[in-house]
Amino acid sequence: MNTGYGPWLYVHAHIVNSKYIFALNDWQIDKFSARAIPLSGHVGFDSMPDQLVNKSVNHGFCFNILCVGETGVGKSTLMDTLFNTKFEGEPTQHNQPGVQLKSNTYELQESNVRLKLTMVNTVGFGDQINKEDSYKSIVEFIDTQFEAYLQEELKIKRTLHSYHDTRIHACLYFIAPTGHSLKSLDLVTMKKLDSKVNIIPIIAKSDAISKSELTKFKIKITSELVSNGVQIYQFPTDDETVAEINSTMNGHLPFAVVGSTEEVKIGNKMVKARQYPWGTVQVENENHCDFVKLREMLIRVNMEDLREQTHTRHYELYRRCKLEEMGFKDTDPDSKPFSLQETYEAKRNEFMGELQKKEEEMRQMFVQRVKEKEAELKEAEKELHEKFDRLKKLHQDEKKKLEDKKKFLDDELNIFKQKKTAAELLQSQAQQAGGSTTLKRDKERKK
Amino acid sequence: MSDLPKAPATAPRGDKPGTDFSYVGIDAILEQMRRKAMKQGFEFNIMVVGQSGLGKSTLMNTLFKSKVSRRSALPVEEDRIPKTIEIKSISHDIEEKGVRMKLTVIDTPGFGDQINNENCWQPIMTFINNQYEQYLQEELNINRKKRIPDSRVHCCIYFIPPTGHCLRPIDVEFMRHLSKVVNIVPVIAKADTLTLEERDFFKQKIREDLRTNGIDVYPQKEFDEDAEDRLINEKIREMIPFAVVGSDLEYQVNGKRLLGRKTKWGTIEVENTTHCEFACLRDLLIRTHMQNIKDITSSIHYEVYRVRRLNESNAHPNGQAEGEQSILQSNGVPEVLSHEI
Repeated sequence: MNTGYGPWLYVHAHIVNSKYIFALNDWQIDKFSARAIPLSGHVGFDSMPDQLVNKSVNHGFCFNILCVGETGVGKSTLMDTLFNTKFEGEPTQHNQPGVQLKSNTYELQESNVRLKLTMVNTVGFGDQINKEDSYKSIVEFIDTQFEAYLQEELKIKRTLHSYHDTRIHACLYFIAPTGHSLKSLDLVTMKKLDSKVNIIPIIAKSDAISKSELTKFKIKITSELVSNGVQIYQFPTDDETVAEINSTMNGHLPFAVVGSTEEVKIGNKMVKARQYPWGTVQVENENHCDFVKLREMLIRVNMEDLREQTHTRHYELYRRCKLEEMGFKDTDPDSKPFSLQETYEAKRNEFMGELQKKEEEMRQMFVQRVKEKEAELKEAEKELHEKFDRLKKLHQDEKKKLEDKKKFLDDELNIFKQKKTAAELLQSQAQQAGGSTTLKRDKERKK
Repeated sequence: MSDLPKAPATAPRGDKPGTDFSYVGIDAILEQMRRKAMKQGFEFNIMVVGQSGLGKSTLMNTLFKSKVSRRSALPVEEDRIPKTIEIKSISHDIEEKGVRMKLTVIDTPGFGDQINNENCWQPIMTFINNQYEQYLQEELNINRKKRIPDSRVHCCIYFIPPTGHCLRPIDVEFMRHLSKVVNIVPVIAKADTLTLEERDFFKQKIREDLRTNGIDVYPQKEFDEDAEDRLINEKIREMIPFAVVGSDLEYQVNGKRLLGRKTKWGTIEVENTTHCEFACLRDLLIRTHMQNIKDITSSIHYEVYRVRRLNESNAHPNGQAEGEQSILQSNGVPEVLSHEI
């Protein structure tokens, strides 16, 4: 049989063909000969993309958007306009104590494509007096979604195929149309979010800014973002079919949008617009605002890329950090295979051991405390007894003294009585003897 | 979770998007996916198993219309029957209408060729499990590659020699063991030695044998997703195993150059459905069910392997425990926790 003659010729030819120059970056060429060989007839695997697409259509897609912006900046209206439906919800109040995230999931269908769209709104963002912690709940929310996916991926019995992916694919950051520059809250929040999610900054309610101010505003925003090192999402320019449009759009960021669900008659058509006494702002007019560009980029051109970036970049980063935090390391090929399982077991044993130790400690402390208290109480009891004894003795002494005094008094009383009887006796004798003694007595008395 | 107003029925995509106000553009995602798929390319790994001389290499070459098989790829070949089963895997990049595919053909010379063929499926089973293992390792890594290289065997074509009677014990044993880990597509090799009646009888016998032994070949009944699928797959199941003839030589037939085998009594056209079922096999494998085959491998066979592997920590990947206890006891409760219960 003939050997494959001149395969190297074909390889060479393919390298010259520019398409393959792109491709060689993605294409992992095996260590052992993965040579390009020509086909001599129609095989039929060109239907593979169709097969893949059909499978996805049957499965449905999901897309999750996070809208970050102050209350009243027009998030819900813009979402309504973008997806052409009235999503539920009423405008939120401005007195929220903290930032909360409310997410709603909707099922949309267009021709044969079913989309499960989840919209997450930041409720109360920018309303507090102290906004230091505003970004925390957002970051927490995003991390929770990543965590849920990670848990599912690490499960033993898992169903990744039918898992409802809640990871945020795109974050629309609504910048208030002040016309000057970014607020510090915006900078801080975007800086915290840029490594976790694809950020697309947009200028909300841009009909409040005139065209010239708008250009200056955009330039100021972009330069501030660059100087603060905020990585916003760049539309991909590596695929030649969309490279051109994407790179143009990259230059128009941030998009200045206007949202409206009300329709106004212009000429002979009904268009979505906002009507003012001085004119009408048409949402889909490219001269009026960048809404069409946003829709084009977000949905029609780059939806899949947003999903892919979320999965391959942001999620992988989260996963890597999380696992390293938990103490796992990649092992070399010759050491034991399941670092994950074993490290997990080791950690759990460690943790249980620590728990037990703590329990022991607490028990010891408790016993000691009990002893101490007992000793204290015993002391107190002893003291009380002593006091009682002392008092009793004192009391007895007093009593004795009193009794002595009483005796003494009694004795004196007796003596007095005796003397009294003796005196009365004498007196009566004296009366009997005459009155001479009285003279004697008077004389004696006078002496 | 609210199930909401679906977007109003839209006009066909032919309209300019700017003028059609109810068109959002969600279905553009299909186009985006297609673009991404074309850019990334596809991978397909196919394994051929059968005794030597059954025409495995020729069939591969015919299927992919190029010299993909090991025999023709090596510049110097030694035409010998190996003493033990070897597993040889060769990859090629092929391209058609902008769609690129990395095709890997895994050959198993020596299968069934020895006098004592006991456990001849073992090396093959080991190889398949090793591919799963490699993929699992990469998936569990902390720093993973952007696209994990997929070397898992998607499809295994098993060549049944055209005896005309029934399945031999080695066929039954092999398919019984391997149908649990990989998609098996059995084919009757060199079917030009059977007449149509013999062919039908043979097929029936084979199907019966497969049923009695509980062997589930592709397309498996239990993985049919919906009624539509079931309908299509039932038709295929009625034709299994495909009776194929392979050839990479062209002959002039009725003014056209066709692939075929020329004999003194006529020319067998490979792509003629009245002559043999090669076209059906090709359509099944490549044109309609390739993605499905890959999906079943990744979401079912691989997951089964993964569950088994994660449930045993120190056991050898091929199921032979090395004497240490597994972390999980039989009731799924980790040993370390059982004292608390």
